[in-house]
Amino acid sequence: MTIKVRFFAMLKTKAGKEEVNLTVSENISLAQLKDMLKKEFPVLAEFIDSKSIMISVNQEFAVKNTIIKGGDEVALLPPFSGG
Amino acid sequence: MNMDLVRIQKHDFSVNEEIERVKAVSQSIGGVVAFLGTARDISKGEEIVRLDFEHYHGMAEKKLREIRDAALKNFNIIEMGVVHRVGNVDIGENIVLIVAAAQHRNDAFMACEWAIAELKRITPIWKKEKTRKGEVWVEEHP
Repeated sequence: MTIKVRFFAMLKTKAGKEEVNLTVSENISLAQLKDMLKKEFPVLAEFIDSKSIMISVNQEFAVKNTIIKGGDEVALLPPFSGG
Repeated sequence: MNMDLVRIQKHDFSVNEEIERVKAVSQSIGGVVAFLGTARDISKGEEIVRLDFEHYHGMAEKKLREIRDAALKNFNIIEMGVVHRVGNVDIGENIVLIVAAAQHRNDAFMACEWAIAELKRITPIWKKEKTRKGEVWVEEHP
């Protein structure tokens, strides 16, 4: 199963890409996803751990107990600055 | 729901046309409050030459629709319009417009104030400031 992970704004610049596909063997928790991303993108580790970064799953804000399934679209959202 | 009232677009918008669009919804409207955010040429003492907005297409539109829905539910207003631009925005140009219309002004003022604060809080839109020294992503929303 694959999960699509998208990066925006400052995180896109840091990651050096707009999106990446991660392969998972089963559904994963938000914490597991963060660990995978930190391994894949060490340059993003400090941001992933920071409280200011939000994560969305299928275009809705993820919460602590959100489960991520194959085919889901995950996004790393740096602090918003619209308006 | 009239989708035209909530939009994200690259091109500029007319404040008058947006207000008229909201006013056209009901003849019971007696007060309209509009917040217009515009591109200023200074940020933290640094001269800004241009702005560039990025958004999460799909999610950003959804959040703006949720803000309108919540405003209609929680405030005594008749209609609300929300328009936000993305892409390059030159200094002095329009960025965002919130139009709140109610029978009486106080409800419109409150809904408009809440909506712009909520937009900044939950809408995945990011601003990049271009200065003469380079470009920087803005990371806070004052």
